[in-house]
Amino acid sequence: MTAISNVSGSIRRRLTLQLLGIAAVLAALLFIMVMTFAKQVAEESQDNILTASATSILDSAAIQGGGVTVDIPYSALSMLGNVSDDRVFYRVTANGKFLTGYKGLSVTKPGRKQERHSFMTSHYMGESIRMVSATRRLSYASGPVEVTVSVAQTLKRQTETLERISTSAFYLGFGFFIAAAILGVLSVQSAVKPIQILADSVSRRGPQDLRAVQAPVPGEMAPLVVALNRFMERLKKSLTRSEEFIAEAAHRVRTPLAVLRTQAEIALRRVERPENRASLKEMIRAIDESSRAAGQLLDHAMVSFRTDHLEVTKIDLLELGRETLERHQPLAEMQDKTLIIEGETPPPVSGDAILIQNALSNIIDNAIKYAPFGEDIKIRIGTEGHWVVVSVFDQGEGFNETDIKHLTTRFSRGGNAENTIGSGLGLTIAEEVVQAHGGYLKLSNRKNVTGACVSFYFPQS
Amino acid sequence: MRILLLPTILISFALWLMPAVAYEIEQHKLFPASAGGEGLRIISNSDSDIFSPLIEAFQRKYPTVSVDYTVVSSTELMRAVYEENAAFDIAISSAMDLQVKLANDGYTRPHNSEFSELLPDWARWRNHVFAFTQEPASVVYSKSAFEGLEIPTSRQSLISILRNNGSRFKNKVGTYDIRQSGLGFLFATQDARNSDTFWRLNEVMGSLNAKLYCCSADMISGITTGELAVAYNVLGSYAQARAAKDPNIGILALEDFTTLMLRSAIIPTTAENPDIAGAFIDHLITASWSEEGADYYPYPKLNRERASQRLSLRTIRLGPGLLVYLDNLKRSQFLQEWQNAIIQP
Repeated sequence: MTAISNVSGSIRRRLTLQLLGIAAVLAALLFIMVMTFAKQVAEESQDNILTASATSILDSAAIQGGGVTVDIPYSALSMLGNVSDDRVFYRVTANGKFLTGYKGLSVTKPGRKQERHSFMTSHYMGESIRMVSATRRLSYASGPVEVTVSVAQTLKRQTETLERISTSAFYLGFGFFIAAAILGVLSVQSAVKPIQILADSVSRRGPQDLRAVQAPVPGEMAPLVVALNRFMERLKKSLTRSEEFIAEAAHRVRTPLAVLRTQAEIALRRVERPENRASLKEMIRAIDESSRAAGQLLDHAMVSFRTDHLEVTKIDLLELGRETLERHQPLAEMQDKTLIIEGETPPPVSGDAILIQNALSNIIDNAIKYAPFGEDIKIRIGTEGHWVVVSVFDQGEGFNETDIKHLTTRFSRGGNAENTIGSGLGLTIAEEVVQAHGGYLKLSNRKNVTGACVSFYFPQS
Repeated sequence: MRILLLPTILISFALWLMPAVAYEIEQHKLFPASAGGEGLRIISNSDSDIFSPLIEAFQRKYPTVSVDYTVVSSTELMRAVYEENAAFDIAISSAMDLQVKLANDGYTRPHNSEFSELLPDWARWRNHVFAFTQEPASVVYSKSAFEGLEIPTSRQSLISILRNNGSRFKNKVGTYDIRQSGLGFLFATQDARNSDTFWRLNEVMGSLNAKLYCCSADMISGITTGELAVAYNVLGSYAQARAAKDPNIGILALEDFTTLMLRSAIIPTTAENPDIAGAFIDHLITASWSEEGADYYPYPKLNRERASQRLSLRTIRLGPGLLVYLDNLKRSQFLQEWQNAIIQP
């Protein structure tokens, strides 16, 4: 049976998408930052070398033979060629008058007096250039002369460098995104894991298991688990209450039934008319059936209670079987039936002796009931793999193959049991007990001869 | 009348459009194509006799291309391309500084050669200037004139030998007139950059009433005729070719340094057939820089290592540094100093 609940969205998907989005934004940011920084550095390094070049030209400026002259050092321009393939332009002016170099190069007016160098990006001869201008004052007889040297370079190398860096930065950003995405998916997985663990542990529980969830859960899930535990507590209480009510009812019914039976037997001895005796006998039979049902209801209530609080000891099942058999000896003898037990001392089983005895007792009781007069009932103790198996054989009619599957449900009785007293709780009790011990109950028909076989499989301790 | 008038106007208009060639042409040679097709116009300061094997090899690969080869001096080449925007598809020059200047100032087209990985980094500048030779600046001497004298092994020893034998070398020393020759100017500026002995050598040469030449070939001829005893900064590739024929010609192996010049090719922006020009540059690169080397390659074998086994070999580097001595102020200062040293009254 699958329960469909109202599902809307998924925490995992939402978290994953959000983390991927964040990773993408951060990767883009990283790319932009690296590019901005790279551009700054590239510009700065070009500015630096241009400044060095302009300064060395400016240093060569001197007053000679009545005019300003510059003796451009070879290194001033060759240093620019050392670092890049860019075209180089320069211009020297004295008091704004062109002295040498490239006449068309437009020179910026040096800004404030304090600034020794000014930088600008502009166009010359059809290409973008970066230009540095440096100014120096020379003293001359007719007053100071302001010499300005401008050195410019095209931006080919800078562009190439930026292109190279942008490729690297792209891969860096992409790598960052992938790494962040993987980590994000992993962390989403680990965040969702406690929910899955809780769901698994709750859905893996047996139908009787209403214990509180004990496993540690994250703080965020605590309210849910507390609510779940409370709910289960209430459910358990209400179940217990109904079991108690049934037990109490059975108990209350049993005592008056015993009195009633005694009175009916006394009456039976007294009456002599055959029709009266027949009806009294019928009455006694009905009383027996009711009291047995009440007994089994009590047993079932006891089993239900004890399966929650098993009193576990090491049990020798052969010994236990023998004891149980002895209790049924008087009843068996009355019906001229022989109870046989066979087998060797099996490995010990850990379990609640009272429960197991009760379960076995119910099955033996059934066997005595269904076996024909004068036949044997056999109990065999053996081992099968790591199971210790207790099998009860009778020589009755056996089970109807169609009934076998649901015989262990409450109050269910086989189609061939109508003539026999019974409540339909015996097999239920047996199954609940054996399941509480981690084993299972197997119903089958005997081979070769008629008769049923009920086997308890207990795990070895 | 009208029918006649229109062509007349057109022709005169065309004539008016055609620029008068102001640069001085030394030699002009046509390499006709075996089949009609496009033409490749080359302006060069390389002697056509030496250069022609390269053109012929190119025409074997591209038989439909006819080549028009104009020889000018490096200075005239600069004037043709820089000032007159003459329409050439390729400019070949040994004046590296002028080639770089053309490229830097936007007079060249880029060429993305599929063979560019054959070139060492220092043998090209941007994708504009492609070097295809490596030629030393040599000192050539007449063996007979040095009879009984020690053969100099450095500029120092050359200076002292010249100084100590003033009468023997008077009027018998030659070098480039760097005012005329772009290559001479390049060699001189690189020498000045490398060592101060250059100026002392010039002083000594000036005191010996040095003769000034436009070209290497003339200097070597001077040695053969006995007109010169020593020629300073002669193009080594020419000298070697001539020394092989004339046993009297010796080449000094100087220990202090030897400048190596790279002859290079560019595609001017005025090129009418840039694709064929690109193919020609690829042809030059493969002929010069491929491992095996082409058998028709007429220049000395190239050395990939810039700083070769002999540390004294210094290859001039292509790059903006070469622009420095082309600066008007710097150039006139340098020429002034040079004149003061070499021309002594």
